[in-house]
Amino acid sequence: MSTLWPRIEPLLAKVQKPARYIGCEDGATTPRHDKLDDGDTVAWLLAYPDTYEIGLPNQGLQILYEILNERDDAVAERTYAPWTDLLTEMRAAEVPLFSVDTHRSAADFDVLAFNLSSELVYTNVLEMIDLAGAPVHAADRGDDDLVVIVGGHAAFNPEPLADFIDAAVLGEGEEVVSEITEVLGEWKRSGRTDRVDMLRRLAQVPGVYVPSMYEVTYHDPTDDDPIGAVAAVTPRHPDVPPTVDKRTVADLGEWPYPKTPLVPLTEVVHDRLSVEVFRGCTRGCRFCQAGMITRPVRERPAEQVRTMVNDGLRRAGYDEVSLTSLSTADFSDIEPVVKGIIADNAAAENSCDTLTISLPSLRVDAFTVGLAGEVQTGRRSGLTFAPEGGSWRLRKVINKLITEEDLYGAVESAFSQGWSRMKLYFLTGLPTETDEDTLGIVELAANCVRIGKQYTNRASVTVSLGGFVPKAHTPFQWFGQNTHEELRRKIGLAKDAAKKAKGVQVKWHDAAATTAEGITSRGDRRIGAVIERVWRNGGLFQEWGEHFDLSLWTEAMDAEGLSLDWYVYRHRDEHEILPWEHLTAGLHKDFLWGDWQDSLAEAGVEDCRWTPCYDCGVCTGYGIEHVVASPIAPAGGSQGTGQDLSRGGEVPVEIMRRPTPAGAST
Amino acid sequence: MKLRCRSTKLGKVRFTSHRDAARIWERALRRAELPVAATEGFTPRPKISFGLALPTGAESIAEYVDIELREDAADVDLDALPERLSTALPTGFDVLVVAERHQGTASLQEAVTSVTWELWAPDLDRDAHIDACRLLDADVLELERERKGKRSVDDVRPMILEAQPTATDDRLVIRLATVGRALRPAEFARLAYPDLDPVLVRALRTHQWIDCDGQPEELLPLPAGLDARPVEVLA
Repeated sequence: MSTLWPRIEPLLAKVQKPARYIGCEDGATTPRHDKLDDGDTVAWLLAYPDTYEIGLPNQGLQILYEILNERDDAVAERTYAPWTDLLTEMRAAEVPLFSVDTHRSAADFDVLAFNLSSELVYTNVLEMIDLAGAPVHAADRGDDDLVVIVGGHAAFNPEPLADFIDAAVLGEGEEVVSEITEVLGEWKRSGRTDRVDMLRRLAQVPGVYVPSMYEVTYHDPTDDDPIGAVAAVTPRHPDVPPTVDKRTVADLGEWPYPKTPLVPLTEVVHDRLSVEVFRGCTRGCRFCQAGMITRPVRERPAEQVRTMVNDGLRRAGYDEVSLTSLSTADFSDIEPVVKGIIADNAAAENSCDTLTISLPSLRVDAFTVGLAGEVQTGRRSGLTFAPEGGSWRLRKVINKLITEEDLYGAVESAFSQGWSRMKLYFLTGLPTETDEDTLGIVELAANCVRIGKQYTNRASVTVSLGGFVPKAHTPFQWFGQNTHEELRRKIGLAKDAAKKAKGVQVKWHDAAATTAEGITSRGDRRIGAVIERVWRNGGLFQEWGEHFDLSLWTEAMDAEGLSLDWYVYRHRDEHEILPWEHLTAGLHKDFLWGDWQDSLAEAGVEDCRWTPCYDCGVCTGYGIEHVVASPIAPAGGSQGTGQDLSRGGEVPVEIMRRPTPAGAST
Repeated sequence: MKLRCRSTKLGKVRFTSHRDAARIWERALRRAELPVAATEGFTPRPKISFGLALPTGAESIAEYVDIELREDAADVDLDALPERLSTALPTGFDVLVVAERHQGTASLQEAVTSVTWELWAPDLDRDAHIDACRLLDADVLELERERKGKRSVDDVRPMILEAQPTATDDRLVIRLATVGRALRPAEFARLAYPDLDPVLVRALRTHQWIDCDGQPEELLPLPAGLDARPVEVLA
């Protein structure tokens, strides 16, 4: 076992952006050859199936990297998908997939563990398994081969990858990586024999799903159901659980990771310090898989946020920190934390003149804009909001309860404070969406421009339009996705309307990519053959416009006798067994179905952090609860509290320390 | 106070770009908590400036950066600075010398008139290097090259000031002029080793020279006894 660097080095001279492949980041593990060469240590190769620039900032991967390397019985290194130019060179020179830390061959590791943040990277997963020298099909792997594991948000429906992976982890990895390490360590100590027995034991680790331990049967095709829905998913052994539950850490405060964030030597997408302020989101936006599968809300203690920011900035030398979460302005202690960070920097002996605090995923209200104003130094150029739906009716359907007044108030506040460009995110192809809703998007944007013109002649609004892909474990999992043609028509409608609206620009996501994403997001195991065909036909980096090709996907579907109509465009009914029904994020199926019906009735639900529990099943089912940093809700954000909070200030809500079942009095 | 630093870029980090290196330095200066002056305006930037860009993939023991400290800053211990900065920089970036840069000294880009490189490759032996030295015998050396989409043919002979193999014969030492359109080491390799893919020719920048009454003088010489030679990176 040794480094491949002398063989890799000459290849790097021939490719674009070679710094992607050198590692050397601050925060990277000092190579521990002795440990890796020790037969009993479990060696993890943590893989991100997209480029280094996209993958390096991924916090999940960085967290697991540290936790594993802190263990005596594990070592972890990282790898990212080599870009096509290096892939060609590697294939020609017979250089296998390597780690960027010590440039060792993937075959020197025990586990190849992928972080899946989206579905279009699946063909890259196959490419990387193959490049690692392991059989692509899990069934063909022997005792000496890598154990392939996936995790991350897309792993909540791992069925399309079932043929290629040994296991999928549902939910948060902080605790379960250690439990997996113990199972694999025992397997190594016993001489690495009987891989099937090892997999069976992995299947008993809570949160770990081993596809090969379950048999999936399908209904025979009929005229009504020409493909045949899932008939049953059955464990193959009595000790394999019939349902796999997600993992959730109860208290984020116990996991102050990453402690030594990786600082890349070359430019990456989020080139700044990231500190995660909370997990979970209780806004209940029905299209949002992340919000559904990461419940409940667990806020990091405010004091720990400050410490992590201060230590991280000093250690990394960054002048920008991003406070990350699904909706950062909802952090209950956001204002004091932000003010504290600014004060800490000012009080430091060598304060940073250029410190910027960025708050991604801004809520749409004036308070939030005020907060953004406090933290943004320098030129105020652009601000982004996500109303998602073009009318109040549609926003009730998707439960994104932003009123027009909220939006106009936020926009007016922003223009009046010196911002000149707004970006508004919308989805199209949502349930019940009419052309009126689509045109409403442009109307909203035009009204925002009108408000802006009162403050600056340069006022402009960019509408960013994405096609909606229904996801597993959300109330919209039963909804038939809009067809490729319908999405294109709606995008065209918005584009045409925007031509007449001065100051409004429309940008859109390729409807073809939305369609391909739809194939994999709610696919079953039969979609695996489609992914394999696309991969074998050269379909790599499908997230990248220059490489994406819908015909690769449609041709593969045809070749497998599968149809877009059935997999993507079809509405499911309540009684259909969904391919991921044996996997759960804790949300009761009847809650999700009820929420889907409420959605169709245009009824919204409140933010359950500040209002009584409506028993989605997560807190009660797992015996966990919302953890908030402050007993006082943050100012702003009328949703949920039912109050007009647009002017900021304290919100006298009663905090629900222990959620009570629906119907119970508070 | 203004400072001039001479540093290395050796090993794996040779694959970072000049732009990457600038960002690496900015972060390192903040990590070292050096009181660097900032520019005025909407987006203040630290007042640091870099010399001639090192091509991505080339190594160096003669990289220069000028740093301006805040006027109100307490005096900085120059002797301790190389170690303080090297600790804050990634492996492969080491600060060798720091000197005070006096008022009126020309900027790095203006001052440097020539640069010394060592070139080598596994496939290049003594004879190849001796052949390469024959380029000096030519009166005119035409090279077709492209910049910003424009093709041109230039006589690059005047840019080659010296060429000779090292004592060990495995490398070629060349001094190239930098005034006007510079001749890059990869461009030199195309002329000198026509049978070899120029990307396979390794380059190490060893000196940057200023002109002192017609004689080249090292910008910041290395202190006696300091060995900055690179060690081949294997892991």
